[in-house]
Amino acid sequence: MSILAAAGIDVPFTLPIVDYNAIAPLLILLGAGVVSVLVEAMLPRGSRRFIQLFIVFGALVAALAWVFTITGVRVITAEGAIAIDGPALVMQGAILVLAILGALLMAERSIDPSGDAFAARAAALPGSEDEKQFTARGYLQTEVWPLFLFAVSGMLLFVSANDLLLMFVALEVMSLPLYLLAGMARRRRLLSQEAALKYFLLGAFSSAFFIYGVALVYGYAASTQLPAIASVLTAKPGQTSLALIGMTLILVGLLFKVSAVPFHQWTPDVYQGAPTAVTGFMAATVKIAAFGALMRVLYVAFGGMRWDWVPMMWIIAILTMLVGSIIAISQSDIKRMLAYSSIAQAGFILVGVIAASPAGLAGALFYLIAYGLTTIGAFALISMVRDESGEATNLSKWAGLGRKSPFVGSVFALFMLALAGIPLTSGFIGKFSVFAAAIASGDTGLVIVAVVASMIAAFFYVRVIVVMFFTEPGPQTASVEVPSVFTTIALAAGATVTLVLGILPQPVLELVSNADLFIR
Amino acid sequence: MTPWLTILAVVPLISSLIVVLLPKSRPTLAKQFALAVSVLTLAVTILMALQFNGASTEAFQFVESYPWIPVFGISYSVGVDGIGLVLIALAATLVPIVVIAGWRDVDANSGGSVKGYFALILALEALMIWVFSATDVFMFYVVFEAMLIPVYFMIGRYGGAQRSYAAVKFLLYSLLGGLLMLASLIGLYVVSAQVTGQGTFDYLSLVGLEMDPTAEKLLFLGFFFAFAIKAPLWPFHTWLPDAASAAKPGTAVLLIGVLDKVGTFGMIRYCLPIFPAASEFYAPIVIGMALVGIFYGAYVALNQNDMKRLFAYSSMSHFGFIALGIFVFTTIAQSGSMVYMVAHGLSTAALFLTAGFLMQRANGSSLISDFGGVNKAAPVLAGFFMFAALSSLALPGLVSFVGEFMVILGSFQRNLFVGAAATLGIVITAAYVLRLYQKSMTGPLAPKLVGMPDLGGREILALMPIVVLTLVLGLFPAPILNVINPAVDRVMTTIGATDPGPTVSGEGSGQ
Repeated sequence: MSILAAAGIDVPFTLPIVDYNAIAPLLILLGAGVVSVLVEAMLPRGSRRFIQLFIVFGALVAALAWVFTITGVRVITAEGAIAIDGPALVMQGAILVLAILGALLMAERSIDPSGDAFAARAAALPGSEDEKQFTARGYLQTEVWPLFLFAVSGMLLFVSANDLLLMFVALEVMSLPLYLLAGMARRRRLLSQEAALKYFLLGAFSSAFFIYGVALVYGYAASTQLPAIASVLTAKPGQTSLALIGMTLILVGLLFKVSAVPFHQWTPDVYQGAPTAVTGFMAATVKIAAFGALMRVLYVAFGGMRWDWVPMMWIIAILTMLVGSIIAISQSDIKRMLAYSSIAQAGFILVGVIAASPAGLAGALFYLIAYGLTTIGAFALISMVRDESGEATNLSKWAGLGRKSPFVGSVFALFMLALAGIPLTSGFIGKFSVFAAAIASGDTGLVIVAVVASMIAAFFYVRVIVVMFFTEPGPQTASVEVPSVFTTIALAAGATVTLVLGILPQPVLELVSNADLFIR
Repeated sequence: MTPWLTILAVVPLISSLIVVLLPKSRPTLAKQFALAVSVLTLAVTILMALQFNGASTEAFQFVESYPWIPVFGISYSVGVDGIGLVLIALAATLVPIVVIAGWRDVDANSGGSVKGYFALILALEALMIWVFSATDVFMFYVVFEAMLIPVYFMIGRYGGAQRSYAAVKFLLYSLLGGLLMLASLIGLYVVSAQVTGQGTFDYLSLVGLEMDPTAEKLLFLGFFFAFAIKAPLWPFHTWLPDAASAAKPGTAVLLIGVLDKVGTFGMIRYCLPIFPAASEFYAPIVIGMALVGIFYGAYVALNQNDMKRLFAYSSMSHFGFIALGIFVFTTIAQSGSMVYMVAHGLSTAALFLTAGFLMQRANGSSLISDFGGVNKAAPVLAGFFMFAALSSLALPGLVSFVGEFMVILGSFQRNLFVGAAATLGIVITAAYVLRLYQKSMTGPLAPKLVGMPDLGGREILALMPIVVLTLVLGLFPAPILNVINPAVDRVMTTIGATDPGPTVSGEGSGQ
């Protein structure tokens, strides 16, 4: 808690008051992460996997259950550094659910004939003698689990951080394990390591922007706490240039994480190179965490500067929707296509963020939940489509897949229709919620651009269906491996929720509408 | 109260799921089951129609309403007026006919699975019933968009050579319209929230909503584009010929005969009553588009060598008549448009199905130049073809004549020039229809067709109901008019339009 003292709270040091009940989910996961490291260090190789899975799922389920017990909590704790409020709890719950599904994907060991989707030893150089030996000995690693737990802890903290410095810490706790996870693919290791390095370097740059912005804002407001910044903005209107520059730099760091244009370049490479299970987990959860932090910063700290950030965000949202949708058309790799799709989807969510109203917040939350579940299902399915060289991510290998495996093809078609926002899927209700909020806030022009972008995006989603169903299967057509119960559960959950949220969205819409606003 | 409309939609929907679960090795079972369900649905429709009270003062009958997404004021609400009832009856009649006619259209070696095709037909029937009976605008939109999916697969999986291209073109065009409509729909919701304090999608609450004139025009355009693409009106028609020629005859019947009616249905149900001032403002433009469509469609049809494309362009010309009848704002023209929608559904079905039977006998060719002298080899087929052709050109005594005549009469009431122009359209229609018959059915028998079999029992069974309905409703249109007229009167009252006096002044001023 010395960070808080450094943050310029001008009082003699007293023991901070911490509401342990409210931050218990976070503590559970951090504790589990530490235990998980110890397991890696101390237990023999053979018994690790079972214990790690026990720790991971136990911690995730316990944290999720705890979130359910504190749904009514609205508190700022830890000397103002952490805010546990409605939106934070909704996002924490969503992140935990998606993390459980993501963990199921990462625990899968039946699909790849060599046993695992992760490198035998991540430290061994690709193509080296070491690597051959480790592979020949059939080593399977479990180091992904502590990394995974720390990443999830970082996300939980990211959506509830009420202090820019703590938010920065959360950003790094979340990101560093993800950089490593992205580089651990068992096959196509160079591609995977390249992705990790790019992600790390660009991520480090964006973190630098973020922390520089924090410094400037501190120079303006003499505080890094979001409500304090807001009150200084009200007290000193008209002298905001330092705050404006600082806010812009902070937004660069956050928009990088949501992969908004022009900070999106890492997305396709990382989505393609990372192990598919990690991509699915990351695509679903990082989006929620980053949007949570983005909205908290914009609404709580800089709500008073709405008229300064709205024009900038308009431009970014329009660019994000159009660039994501248009470039996705020319992609021939399904993972890259979904990466550009995730960029376009970030643009649609930004439409809800820009509305800056309770309806906009609720719409964005619903969209994030719906998108996360659809995405994780889609990547679960991609991990099952394989040929002899591993995962068959090139679209040409998907030709006729819907005829060869009608059920799998239909489920993937459902995901594509949901991402395209066709009615009776969750994606449509999500789009509807954010568009309705934006029109009610007077952003009609933005919604018209969003509609045009949806139209462009529909083209490439539909193209996947065309490839799967309207072309004849040939010898190059990949086959669908039968997964273990882990991936099956994740896939079934993704598909079910995508359909149910499209037909009966009321409970979740109520949940996000009753989440109130961010507390300040 | 029996939930008639829900039963009507849910029966085919559940049945379509059952068809999917039937064993793949027994395709005939899937067909028989689909036929039984579609006949059952028709029977329920008839039972419901018998209970319809034509003299009722209620806007909708058989009303059901349950909250669906209360957060947004959305409910599952269904109900029919005369217009909806007639179109539901049309859909319920055509589905069993399409199932019978398409009995041998799909087989295991044509690529797609047999049960899949019939499951899609049943799913589509459920959606067609909901789209004509929804009284919640959001629900209408959802069904309107959801209908694209089965049609997309019916064209894309089971169609001819250009199926993939045609299916994607159809889907993207429709999605464009649908998304513009979505923007308008949300706008309408926001406007209703501003005016009444509580956003709603309930149709009857939205009718008569006071709104800002500019907003009203913009919202009208969003809805109108969606319907103009769906119908389709010139110049939004280019997807139709591709879709019609790539689709199986049965798919084309449902697509053009019923689904495209959703566009013209939407105009009279949603555009006019909800945006009366904007409808009046844009009426001259829409009438212009309709007239261009009548002539352009007919002109292109005159020069077509491909039968299916000819029918598509001819339909586009007929949609011009329907839109014209809706937007001249006279009772008789609007009633005529509704009758014409039914008539066009029947004549399109007859044309596409006979052409389909003909094509099966000529190795799938649909080129007029490949045929000739069919009336010598297959007189029964040629006879049905003649009937379909005459029905398309609106021969007096057939139901299409009733509709066309009423539309033209109503147009004359409003504006002499518009009426005269529409009348000229009939002449070209007669020209291309008769040219088609002459080139394909008369003259010396084409060498390829020697030994072609005449229509079989199943094929005649599929065509007979259409012939009977066309004749009966043509000679005695009262049942259909009695049902439609009160609904049309209500639309006219809602938009505040009055019929011009019986003595039309020489200037024929457009007021």
